Amino acid sequence: MTQVNNGVASNVTKTQPLWLLAEITYRCPMHCAFCYNPTDYDKHTKNELSTEEWVSALREARKMGAIQLGISGGEPLLRDDIEEIVAEAHKLGYYSNLITSGVGLTEKRIQAFREAGLDHIQLSMHDITEEINNFITNTKTFQLKQKVAAMIKGHGYPMVLNVVIHRYNIEHIGQILEMAEALGADYVELANTQYYGWSLVNRSQLMPTREQLQEAERVTNVFRDRVGSKMKVFFVVPDYYNDRPKKCMNGWGEVFMIITANGDVLPCHSARSLPGLAFPNVRENGLEWAWNESPAFNKYRGTEWMKEPCRSCDEKEKDLGGCRCQSYLLAGDAEAADPVCTKSPHRHLIDEAIADAQNPQLREQPIIFRNDKNSKKYVEGDKERIEQFHALP
Amino acid sequence: MIQATDIYALALHHRFQWEEAQQSHVILFPEGMIKLHGGAGEVIKRVNGKATVGEIVAELKAAFPDAEDIENDILGMFDLALSKGWLRKVS
Ligand code: SF4
Ligand code: SF4
Repeated sequence: MTQVNNGVASNVTKTQPLWLLAEITYRCPMHCAFCYNPTDYDKHTKNELSTEEWVSALREARKMGAIQLGISGGEPLLRDDIEEIVAEAHKLGYYSNLITSGVGLTEKRIQAFREAGLDHIQLSMHDITEEINNFITNTKTFQLKQKVAAMIKGHGYPMVLNVVIHRYNIEHIGQILEMAEALGADYVELANTQYYGWSLVNRSQLMPTREQLQEAERVTNVFRDRVGSKMKVFFVVPDYYNDRPKKCMNGWGEVFMIITANGDVLPCHSARSLPGLAFPNVRENGLEWAWNESPAFNKYRGTEWMKEPCRSCDEKEKDLGGCRCQSYLLAGDAEAADPVCTKSPHRHLIDEAIADAQNPQLREQPIIFRNDKNSKKYVEGDKERIEQFHALP
Repeated sequence: MIQATDIYALALHHRFQWEEAQQSHVILFPEGMIKLHGGAGEVIKRVNGKATVGEIVAELKAAFPDAEDIENDILGMFDLALSKGWLRKVS
Protein backbone atom coordinates (compact mmCIF):
# COMPACT_ATOMS: atom_id res chain seq x y z
CA MET A 1 0.00 0.00 0.00
CA THR A 2 1.90 2.98 -1.19
CA GLN A 3 -0.96 5.41 -1.55
CA VAL A 4 -1.65 7.81 1.24
CA ASN A 5 -4.71 9.90 1.68
CA ASN A 6 -4.25 12.85 -0.59
CA GLY A 7 -5.68 15.16 2.03
CA VAL A 8 -8.73 16.22 0.07
CA ALA A 9 -11.03 17.26 2.85
CA SER A 10 -14.31 15.52 2.82
CA ASN A 11 -17.27 17.37 4.25
CA VAL A 12 -19.44 14.28 4.19
CA THR A 13 -19.68 12.81 7.63
CA LYS A 14 -21.75 9.69 7.20
CA THR A 15 -21.37 7.52 4.15
CA GLN A 16 -22.22 3.86 3.89
CA PRO A 17 -22.05 1.49 0.90
CA LEU A 18 -25.65 0.30 1.16
CA TRP A 19 -25.77 -0.66 -2.50
CA LEU A 20 -23.17 -3.06 -3.74
CA LEU A 21 -22.85 -3.89 -7.40
CA ALA A 22 -20.74 -6.88 -8.34
CA GLU A 23 -19.71 -6.55 -11.99
CA ILE A 24 -18.68 -10.11 -11.81
CA THR A 25 -17.40 -10.65 -15.33
CA TYR A 26 -17.04 -8.52 -18.44
CA ARG A 27 -17.53 -11.48 -20.71
CA CYS A 28 -20.86 -11.26 -22.46
CA PRO A 29 -22.60 -13.10 -25.28
CA MET A 30 -24.52 -9.92 -26.14
CA HIS A 31 -23.05 -7.01 -28.08
CA CYS A 32 -25.35 -4.15 -27.13
CA ALA A 33 -24.74 -0.87 -28.88
CA PHE A 34 -25.64 1.03 -25.69
CA CYS A 35 -23.57 -1.00 -23.25
CA TYR A 36 -22.07 1.23 -20.55
CA ASN A 37 -19.20 -1.14 -19.89
CA PRO A 38 -15.82 0.43 -20.52
CA THR A 39 -14.86 0.31 -24.19
CA ASP A 40 -11.53 -1.21 -23.14
CA TYR A 41 -13.23 -3.93 -21.07
CA ASP A 42 -11.21 -6.52 -22.90
CA LYS A 43 -8.24 -5.80 -20.68
CA HIS A 44 -10.35 -6.61 -17.60
CA THR A 45 -11.57 -9.99 -18.79
CA LYS A 46 -8.52 -11.82 -17.50
CA ASN A 47 -7.72 -11.96 -13.85
CA GLU A 48 -11.30 -12.28 -12.58
CA LEU A 49 -11.82 -12.63 -8.85
CA SER A 50 -12.28 -16.22 -7.70
CA THR A 51 -15.32 -17.57 -5.87
CA GLU A 52 -13.47 -17.33 -2.55
CA GLU A 53 -12.45 -13.76 -3.25
CA TRP A 54 -16.05 -12.81 -3.97
CA VAL A 55 -17.27 -14.53 -0.84
CA SER A 56 -14.82 -12.68 1.34
CA ALA A 57 -15.60 -9.37 -0.38
CA LEU A 58 -19.31 -9.94 0.27
CA ARG A 59 -18.59 -10.59 3.94
CA GLU A 60 -16.53 -7.49 4.34
CA ALA A 61 -19.04 -5.27 2.52
CA ARG A 62 -21.89 -6.64 4.57
CA LYS A 63 -20.11 -5.62 7.77
CA MET A 64 -19.80 -2.14 6.35
CA GLY A 65 -23.57 -2.00 5.86
CA ALA A 66 -24.06 -3.23 2.28
CA ILE A 67 -27.50 -4.74 1.90
CA GLN A 68 -28.79 -4.43 -1.67
CA LEU A 69 -26.62 -6.60 -3.86
CA GLY A 70 -26.71 -6.53 -7.66
CA ILE A 71 -24.84 -9.24 -9.51
CA SER A 72 -24.18 -7.99 -12.99
CA GLY A 73 -21.60 -7.89 -15.73
CA GLY A 74 -21.14 -8.56 -18.65
CA GLU A 75 -23.35 -11.58 -18.37
CA PRO A 76 -22.99 -13.02 -14.86
CA LEU A 77 -24.35 -16.39 -15.98
CA LEU A 78 -21.15 -17.01 -17.88
CA ARG A 79 -19.66 -17.84 -14.50
CA ASP A 80 -20.65 -21.20 -13.09
CA ASP A 81 -20.24 -20.18 -9.45
CA ILE A 82 -23.10 -17.68 -9.24
CA GLU A 83 -25.13 -20.26 -7.29
CA GLU A 84 -22.45 -20.42 -4.61
CA ILE A 85 -22.06 -16.67 -4.45
CA VAL A 86 -25.81 -16.17 -4.16
CA ALA A 87 -26.05 -18.75 -1.38
CA GLU A 88 -23.40 -16.91 0.58
CA ALA A 89 -25.11 -13.56 -0.05
CA HIS A 90 -28.34 -14.99 1.29
CA LYS A 91 -26.67 -16.31 4.43
CA LEU A 92 -25.17 -12.89 5.04
CA GLY A 93 -28.59 -11.22 4.83
CA TYR A 94 -28.26 -9.43 1.49
CA TYR A 95 -31.26 -8.73 -0.70
CA SER A 96 -29.81 -10.06 -3.91
CA ASN A 97 -30.58 -9.38 -7.53
CA LEU A 98 -29.24 -11.11 -10.61
CA ILE A 99 -29.04 -8.72 -13.54
CA THR A 100 -29.04 -10.76 -16.71
CA SER A 101 -29.65 -10.80 -20.43
CA GLY A 102 -31.24 -14.22 -19.90
CA VAL A 103 -28.65 -16.01 -21.99
CA GLY A 104 -27.61 -19.06 -20.02
CA LEU A 105 -30.59 -19.14 -17.67
CA THR A 106 -31.90 -22.70 -17.56
CA GLU A 107 -34.57 -24.44 -15.48
CA LYS A 108 -31.81 -26.12 -13.55
CA ARG A 109 -29.99 -22.93 -12.72
CA ILE A 110 -33.06 -20.95 -11.79
CA GLN A 111 -34.11 -23.78 -9.47
CA ALA A 112 -30.68 -23.65 -7.87
CA PHE A 113 -30.94 -19.86 -7.45
CA ARG A 114 -34.29 -20.27 -5.78
CA GLU A 115 -32.86 -22.78 -3.35
CA ALA A 116 -29.81 -20.64 -2.71
CA GLY A 117 -32.06 -17.72 -1.74
CA LEU A 118 -31.69 -15.30 -4.64
CA ASP A 119 -34.34 -12.60 -4.15
CA HIS A 120 -34.99 -11.46 -7.67
CA ILE A 121 -33.90 -11.49 -11.25
CA GLN A 122 -33.79 -8.46 -13.48
CA LEU A 123 -34.10 -9.31 -17.14
CA SER A 124 -33.14 -6.95 -19.91
CA MET A 125 -35.61 -6.70 -22.76
CA HIS A 126 -35.13 -4.62 -25.87
CA ASP A 127 -38.21 -4.36 -27.97
CA ILE A 128 -41.40 -5.93 -29.09
CA THR A 129 -39.97 -6.71 -32.46
CA GLU A 130 -37.57 -9.49 -33.10
CA GLU A 131 -35.88 -7.31 -35.66
CA ILE A 132 -34.88 -4.52 -33.30
CA ASN A 133 -34.00 -6.81 -30.42
CA ASN A 134 -31.63 -8.69 -32.64
CA PHE A 135 -30.27 -5.59 -34.30
CA ILE A 136 -29.43 -3.55 -31.22
CA THR A 137 -27.91 -6.48 -29.32
CA ASN A 138 -26.25 -7.84 -32.43
CA THR A 139 -27.54 -11.31 -31.49
CA LYS A 140 -30.52 -13.56 -32.14
CA THR A 141 -32.05 -13.59 -28.71
CA PHE A 142 -35.63 -12.41 -29.08
CA GLN A 143 -37.35 -15.78 -28.60
CA LEU A 144 -35.03 -16.65 -25.78
CA LYS A 145 -35.98 -13.56 -23.80
CA GLN A 146 -39.67 -14.39 -24.02
CA LYS A 147 -38.93 -17.90 -22.78
CA VAL A 148 -36.75 -16.71 -19.92
CA ALA A 149 -39.39 -14.19 -18.81
CA ALA A 150 -41.91 -17.01 -18.48
CA MET A 151 -39.40 -19.10 -16.58
CA ILE A 152 -38.75 -16.32 -14.07
CA LYS A 153 -42.45 -15.90 -13.45
CA GLY A 154 -42.95 -19.65 -13.27
CA HIS A 155 -40.51 -19.91 -10.40
CA GLY A 156 -42.40 -17.37 -8.35
CA TYR A 157 -39.91 -14.57 -8.81
CA PRO A 158 -41.05 -10.99 -9.15
CA MET A 159 -40.58 -10.03 -12.74
CA VAL A 160 -38.34 -7.04 -13.08
CA LEU A 161 -37.76 -5.92 -16.65
CA ASN A 162 -35.20 -3.40 -17.68
CA VAL A 163 -35.54 -1.82 -21.10
CA VAL A 164 -32.85 0.53 -22.32
CA ILE A 165 -34.51 3.19 -24.42
CA HIS A 166 -32.96 4.73 -27.52
CA ARG A 167 -34.02 6.04 -30.87
CA TYR A 168 -34.76 2.60 -32.28
CA ASN A 169 -37.32 1.57 -29.68
CA ILE A 170 -38.58 4.79 -28.11
CA GLU A 171 -41.61 4.93 -30.36
CA HIS A 172 -42.60 1.43 -29.29
CA ILE A 173 -42.80 2.22 -25.58
CA GLY A 174 -46.55 1.73 -25.52
CA GLN A 175 -46.26 -1.75 -27.01
CA ILE A 176 -43.27 -2.58 -24.86
CA LEU A 177 -45.31 -1.78 -21.77
CA GLU A 178 -48.17 -3.91 -23.05
CA MET A 179 -45.78 -6.78 -23.63
CA ALA A 180 -44.48 -6.35 -20.08
CA GLU A 181 -48.02 -6.46 -18.78
CA ALA A 182 -48.79 -9.60 -20.76
CA LEU A 183 -45.67 -11.24 -19.34
CA GLY A 184 -46.87 -10.37 -15.83
CA ALA A 185 -44.11 -7.91 -15.01
CA ASP A 186 -44.13 -6.40 -11.52
CA TYR A 187 -41.54 -3.72 -12.17
CA VAL A 188 -40.48 -2.16 -15.43
CA GLU A 189 -37.59 0.19 -15.73
CA LEU A 190 -37.54 2.25 -18.91
CA ALA A 191 -34.00 3.48 -18.78
CA ASN A 192 -33.11 6.08 -21.33
CA THR A 193 -29.61 5.51 -22.57
CA GLN A 194 -26.94 7.36 -20.64
CA TYR A 195 -23.91 8.11 -22.72
CA TYR A 196 -20.85 6.32 -21.36
CA GLY A 197 -18.69 3.55 -22.72
CA TRP A 198 -20.16 2.07 -25.89
CA SER A 199 -23.24 4.25 -25.89
CA LEU A 200 -21.07 7.37 -25.96
CA VAL A 201 -19.32 6.05 -29.03
CA ASN A 202 -22.72 5.46 -30.64
CA ARG A 203 -24.38 8.57 -29.28
CA SER A 204 -25.43 10.19 -32.53
CA GLN A 205 -26.99 6.93 -33.64
CA LEU A 206 -28.87 6.28 -30.40
CA MET A 207 -30.17 9.59 -29.14
CA PRO A 208 -33.88 10.22 -29.60
CA THR A 209 -35.31 13.63 -30.36
CA ARG A 210 -36.98 15.82 -27.77
CA GLU A 211 -40.36 15.22 -29.42
CA GLN A 212 -39.89 11.45 -29.29
CA LEU A 213 -39.00 11.72 -25.63
CA GLN A 214 -42.01 13.83 -24.71
CA GLU A 215 -44.30 11.44 -26.51
CA ALA A 216 -42.72 8.48 -24.72
CA GLU A 217 -43.31 10.11 -21.34
CA ARG A 218 -46.90 10.84 -22.22
CA VAL A 219 -47.54 7.25 -23.31
CA THR A 220 -45.90 5.97 -20.13
CA ASN A 221 -48.12 8.15 -17.96
CA VAL A 222 -51.27 6.99 -19.73
CA PHE A 223 -50.19 3.41 -19.16
CA ARG A 224 -49.44 4.07 -15.49
CA ASP A 225 -52.90 5.51 -14.96
CA ARG A 226 -54.46 2.45 -16.50
CA VAL A 227 -52.59 -0.30 -14.64
CA GLY A 228 -52.40 1.49 -11.29
CA SER A 229 -50.34 -0.17 -8.58
CA LYS A 230 -50.18 -3.65 -10.08
CA MET A 231 -47.08 -2.73 -12.04
CA LYS A 232 -44.48 -0.16 -11.08
CA VAL A 233 -43.06 1.71 -14.03
CA PHE A 234 -39.91 3.76 -13.64
CA PHE A 235 -38.99 6.16 -16.38
CA VAL A 236 -35.35 7.17 -16.15
CA VAL A 237 -35.05 10.44 -18.04
CA PRO A 238 -32.07 11.11 -20.25
CA ASP A 239 -30.12 13.95 -18.75
CA TYR A 240 -29.17 15.60 -22.06
CA TYR A 241 -32.69 16.97 -22.37
CA ASN A 242 -32.70 18.40 -18.85
CA ASP A 243 -31.21 21.69 -17.76
CA ARG A 244 -29.81 20.34 -14.50
CA PRO A 245 -27.64 17.26 -14.18
CA LYS A 246 -28.53 14.13 -12.25
CA LYS A 247 -27.15 13.61 -8.77
CA CYS A 248 -24.89 10.93 -10.09
CA MET A 249 -24.86 7.72 -8.03
CA ASN A 250 -26.59 9.73 -5.32
CA GLY A 251 -23.23 11.29 -4.60
CA TRP A 252 -19.69 10.04 -5.13
CA GLY A 253 -18.85 7.46 -2.47
CA GLU A 254 -22.01 8.08 -0.46
CA VAL A 255 -24.14 4.93 -0.77
CA PHE A 256 -22.95 3.06 -3.83
CA MET A 257 -19.95 0.78 -4.27
CA ILE A 258 -18.97 -1.29 -7.29
CA ILE A 259 -16.57 -4.17 -7.32
CA THR A 260 -15.48 -5.07 -10.82
CA ALA A 261 -14.52 -8.43 -12.29
CA ASN A 262 -10.84 -7.92 -11.57
CA GLY A 263 -11.44 -6.51 -8.08
CA ASP A 264 -11.26 -2.78 -8.70
CA VAL A 265 -13.44 -0.87 -6.26
CA LEU A 266 -15.30 2.04 -7.83
CA PRO A 267 -17.80 4.71 -6.79
CA CYS A 268 -19.52 4.52 -10.20
CA HIS A 269 -19.58 2.42 -13.36
CA SER A 270 -17.35 4.52 -15.50
CA ALA A 271 -15.00 6.00 -12.88
CA ARG A 272 -12.02 4.30 -14.49
CA SER A 273 -12.39 6.64 -17.43
CA LEU A 274 -11.16 9.49 -15.21
CA PRO A 275 -7.48 10.34 -15.57
CA GLY A 276 -4.99 10.40 -12.74
CA LEU A 277 -7.08 8.46 -10.24
CA ALA A 278 -5.75 5.18 -8.88
CA PHE A 279 -8.70 3.07 -7.81
CA PRO A 280 -8.25 0.63 -4.95
CA ASN A 281 -8.43 -3.09 -5.57
CA VAL A 282 -10.06 -5.49 -3.18
CA ARG A 283 -7.14 -7.90 -3.51
CA GLU A 284 -4.63 -5.36 -2.31
CA ASN A 285 -6.41 -2.95 -0.06
CA GLY A 286 -9.62 -4.46 1.22
CA LEU A 287 -12.97 -2.71 1.10
CA GLU A 288 -12.85 -0.87 4.39
CA TRP A 289 -9.78 1.04 3.30
CA ALA A 290 -11.11 1.50 -0.23
CA TRP A 291 -14.32 3.11 0.98
CA ASN A 292 -13.08 5.11 3.93
CA GLU A 293 -9.47 5.97 3.24
CA SER A 294 -8.64 5.66 -0.43
CA PRO A 295 -7.82 8.96 -2.14
CA ALA A 296 -10.05 8.00 -5.07
CA PHE A 297 -13.18 7.60 -2.93
CA ASN A 298 -12.48 10.80 -1.02
CA LYS A 299 -11.61 12.88 -4.01
CA TYR A 300 -15.14 13.91 -5.03
CA ARG A 301 -17.06 13.33 -1.83
CA GLY A 302 -19.18 16.25 -0.79
CA THR A 303 -18.66 19.70 -2.31
CA GLU A 304 -15.15 20.77 -1.24
CA TRP A 305 -13.56 19.83 -4.56
CA MET A 306 -15.82 22.05 -6.62
CA LYS A 307 -14.86 24.87 -8.93
CA GLU A 308 -17.05 27.64 -10.25
CA PRO A 309 -19.86 27.76 -11.19
CA CYS A 310 -20.67 24.90 -8.79
CA ARG A 311 -18.73 26.22 -5.81
CA SER A 312 -20.95 29.23 -5.25
CA CYS A 313 -24.11 27.69 -6.68
CA ASP A 314 -27.09 27.54 -4.34
CA GLU A 315 -28.19 24.23 -5.89
CA LYS A 316 -24.96 22.39 -5.24
CA GLU A 317 -26.34 20.11 -2.52
CA LYS A 318 -29.12 19.05 -4.86
CA ASP A 319 -27.02 17.56 -7.65
CA LEU A 320 -23.46 17.74 -6.28
CA GLY A 321 -22.36 19.14 -9.59
CA GLY A 322 -23.64 16.15 -11.59
CA CYS A 323 -21.45 13.42 -12.98
CA ARG A 324 -17.65 13.60 -12.82
CA CYS A 325 -17.24 11.17 -15.69
CA GLN A 326 -19.57 13.14 -17.92
CA SER A 327 -17.67 16.34 -17.13
CA TYR A 328 -14.41 14.68 -18.04
CA LEU A 329 -15.60 12.78 -21.08
CA LEU A 330 -17.24 15.85 -22.60
CA ALA A 331 -15.49 18.90 -21.17
CA GLY A 332 -12.10 17.33 -20.50
CA ASP A 333 -12.17 18.35 -16.82
CA ALA A 334 -13.58 16.08 -14.14
CA GLU A 335 -13.99 19.01 -11.77
CA ALA A 336 -16.00 21.16 -14.14
CA ALA A 337 -19.75 21.43 -13.73
CA ASP A 338 -21.58 18.64 -15.55
CA PRO A 339 -22.05 20.05 -19.08
CA VAL A 340 -25.74 19.18 -18.89
CA CYS A 341 -26.18 22.13 -16.52
CA THR A 342 -27.24 25.33 -18.24
CA LYS A 343 -24.97 27.22 -15.83
CA SER A 344 -22.00 25.30 -17.23
CA PRO A 345 -19.80 27.07 -19.79
CA HIS A 346 -19.75 23.72 -21.63
CA ARG A 347 -23.49 23.35 -22.11
CA HIS A 348 -22.98 23.96 -25.83
CA LEU A 349 -21.36 20.50 -26.04
CA ILE A 350 -24.67 18.93 -25.06
CA ASP A 351 -26.62 21.08 -27.48
CA GLU A 352 -24.18 20.14 -30.22
CA ALA A 353 -24.60 16.47 -29.38
CA ILE A 354 -28.36 16.87 -29.65
CA ALA A 355 -27.90 18.60 -32.98
CA ASP A 356 -25.49 15.89 -34.16
CA ALA A 357 -28.11 13.28 -33.41
CA GLN A 358 -30.41 15.03 -35.90
CA ASN A 359 -27.68 15.30 -38.50
CA PRO A 360 -28.49 12.70 -41.12
CA GLN A 361 -24.83 12.07 -41.92
CA LEU A 362 -23.87 11.33 -38.34
CA ARG A 363 -27.01 9.53 -37.34
CA GLU A 364 -26.63 7.06 -40.19
CA GLN A 365 -23.04 6.13 -39.30
CA PRO A 366 -22.62 2.44 -38.63
CA ILE A 367 -23.02 1.46 -35.00
CA ILE A 368 -19.95 0.13 -33.26
CA PHE A 369 -21.12 -2.94 -31.38
CA ARG A 370 -19.67 -4.00 -28.07
CA ASN A 371 -17.52 -7.01 -28.83
CA ASP A 372 -14.04 -8.25 -28.11
CA LYS A 373 -12.66 -7.23 -31.46
CA ASN A 374 -13.81 -3.64 -31.14
CA SER A 375 -12.73 -3.52 -27.52
CA LYS A 376 -9.21 -4.67 -28.37
CA LYS A 377 -9.02 -1.73 -30.72
CA TYR A 378 -9.87 0.61 -27.87
CA VAL A 379 -7.30 -1.00 -25.61
CA GLU A 380 -4.66 -0.37 -28.23
CA GLY A 381 -5.95 3.14 -28.71
CA ASP A 382 -8.19 3.65 -31.66
CA LYS A 383 -7.27 7.29 -32.00
CA GLU A 384 -9.62 8.37 -34.75
CA ARG A 385 -12.58 7.25 -32.75
CA ILE A 386 -11.53 7.99 -29.23
CA GLU A 387 -10.39 11.53 -29.74
CA GLN A 388 -13.66 12.84 -30.97
CA PHE A 389 -15.31 11.77 -27.74
CA HIS A 390 -12.62 12.45 -25.20
CA ALA A 391 -12.20 16.13 -25.71
CA LEU A 392 -8.85 16.08 -23.95
CA PRO A 393 -7.50 19.39 -22.77
CA MET B 1 -60.06 2.59 5.95
CA ILE B 2 -58.06 0.43 8.31
CA GLN B 3 -60.26 -1.68 10.58
CA ALA B 4 -59.24 -3.16 13.92
CA THR B 5 -60.12 -6.61 12.60
CA ASP B 6 -57.98 -6.32 9.45
CA ILE B 7 -55.02 -8.63 9.05
CA TYR B 8 -52.01 -7.64 6.97
CA ALA B 9 -48.81 -9.23 5.81
CA LEU B 10 -45.73 -7.92 4.09
CA ALA B 11 -46.30 -7.55 0.33
CA LEU B 12 -44.94 -10.27 -1.92
CA HIS B 13 -41.23 -10.03 -2.62
CA HIS B 14 -40.71 -7.64 0.27
CA ARG B 15 -38.45 -8.44 3.16
CA PHE B 16 -38.26 -6.86 6.59
CA GLN B 17 -35.15 -7.06 8.72
CA TRP B 18 -33.07 -5.38 11.38
CA GLU B 19 -29.94 -3.72 10.00
CA GLU B 20 -27.16 -3.60 12.54
CA ALA B 21 -25.06 -1.19 10.48
CA GLN B 22 -27.93 1.29 10.16
CA GLN B 23 -29.32 0.66 13.64
CA SER B 24 -32.79 0.48 12.22
CA HIS B 25 -35.34 -1.80 10.61
CA VAL B 26 -35.58 -1.82 6.83
CA ILE B 27 -37.97 -3.09 4.17
CA LEU B 28 -36.26 -4.47 1.10
CA PHE B 29 -37.74 -5.00 -2.34
CA PRO B 30 -36.52 -5.01 -5.93
CA GLU B 31 -34.51 -1.85 -6.57
CA GLY B 32 -35.41 -0.30 -3.26
CA MET B 33 -35.02 -0.05 0.45
CA ILE B 34 -36.97 1.84 3.08
CA LYS B 35 -35.40 2.70 6.36
CA LEU B 36 -37.93 2.65 9.18
CA HIS B 37 -37.32 4.87 12.14
CA GLY B 38 -37.99 3.63 15.65
CA GLY B 39 -41.75 3.41 16.01
CA ALA B 40 -42.42 2.55 12.36
CA GLY B 41 -40.16 -0.49 12.67
CA GLU B 42 -41.98 -1.58 15.82
CA VAL B 43 -45.28 -1.59 13.92
CA ILE B 44 -44.09 -3.46 10.83
CA LYS B 45 -42.23 -5.97 12.98
CA ARG B 46 -45.59 -7.16 14.31
CA VAL B 47 -47.27 -7.47 10.92
CA ASN B 48 -47.13 -11.20 10.26
CA GLY B 49 -50.26 -12.26 8.41
CA LYS B 50 -51.85 -13.44 11.67
CA ALA B 51 -52.20 -10.57 14.14
CA THR B 52 -55.09 -8.16 13.63
CA VAL B 53 -54.54 -4.44 13.63
CA GLY B 54 -56.38 -4.28 16.97
CA GLU B 55 -54.04 -6.82 18.50
CA ILE B 56 -50.99 -4.96 17.23
CA VAL B 57 -52.29 -1.70 18.70
CA ALA B 58 -52.92 -3.38 22.05
CA GLU B 59 -49.50 -4.96 22.07
CA LEU B 60 -47.75 -1.69 21.29
CA LYS B 61 -49.74 0.18 23.92
CA ALA B 62 -48.58 -2.37 26.44
CA ALA B 63 -44.99 -2.21 25.23
CA PHE B 64 -44.86 1.60 25.23
CA PRO B 65 -47.16 2.72 28.04
CA ASP B 66 -45.72 6.23 28.11
CA ALA B 67 -46.27 7.04 24.44
CA GLU B 68 -49.16 9.42 23.91
CA ASP B 69 -51.77 8.98 21.20
CA ILE B 70 -49.94 5.95 19.97
CA GLU B 71 -53.02 4.49 18.30
CA ASN B 72 -53.23 7.25 15.72
CA ASP B 73 -49.54 6.90 14.92
CA ILE B 74 -49.93 3.19 14.37
CA LEU B 75 -52.95 3.56 12.12
CA GLY B 76 -51.10 6.28 10.23
CA MET B 77 -48.23 3.89 9.69
CA PHE B 78 -50.57 1.22 8.33
CA ASP B 79 -52.06 3.78 5.97
CA LEU B 80 -48.69 4.83 4.69
CA ALA B 81 -47.39 1.27 4.31
CA LEU B 82 -50.48 0.25 2.38
CA SER B 83 -50.39 3.23 0.07
CA LYS B 84 -46.73 2.51 -0.66
CA GLY B 85 -47.48 -1.12 -1.40
CA TRP B 86 -45.30 -2.54 1.39
CA LEU B 87 -48.21 -4.47 2.89
CA ARG B 88 -50.99 -6.59 1.51
CA LYS B 89 -54.29 -7.39 3.10
CA VAL B 90 -54.73 -10.98 4.18
CA SER B 91 -58.27 -10.67 5.56
S1 SF4 C 1 -25.50 -4.05 -22.05
FE1 SF4 C 1 -25.57 -5.84 -23.41
S2 SF4 C 1 -23.44 -6.16 -24.04
FE2 SF4 C 1 -23.39 -4.81 -22.24
S3 SF4 C 1 -23.11 -6.19 -20.52
FE3 SF4 C 1 -25.32 -5.85 -20.74
S4 SF4 C 1 -26.01 -7.55 -22.06
FE4 SF4 C 1 -23.78 -7.45 -22.25
S1 SF4 D 1 -23.70 24.93 -11.41
FE1 SF4 D 1 -22.98 22.96 -10.63
S2 SF4 D 1 -23.97 22.73 -8.64
FE2 SF4 D 1 -25.06 24.37 -9.71
S3 SF4 D 1 -26.80 23.34 -10.68
FE3 SF4 D 1 -25.12 23.40 -12.20
S4 SF4 D 1 -24.02 21.45 -11.91
FE4 SF4 D 1 -25.34 21.74 -10.10
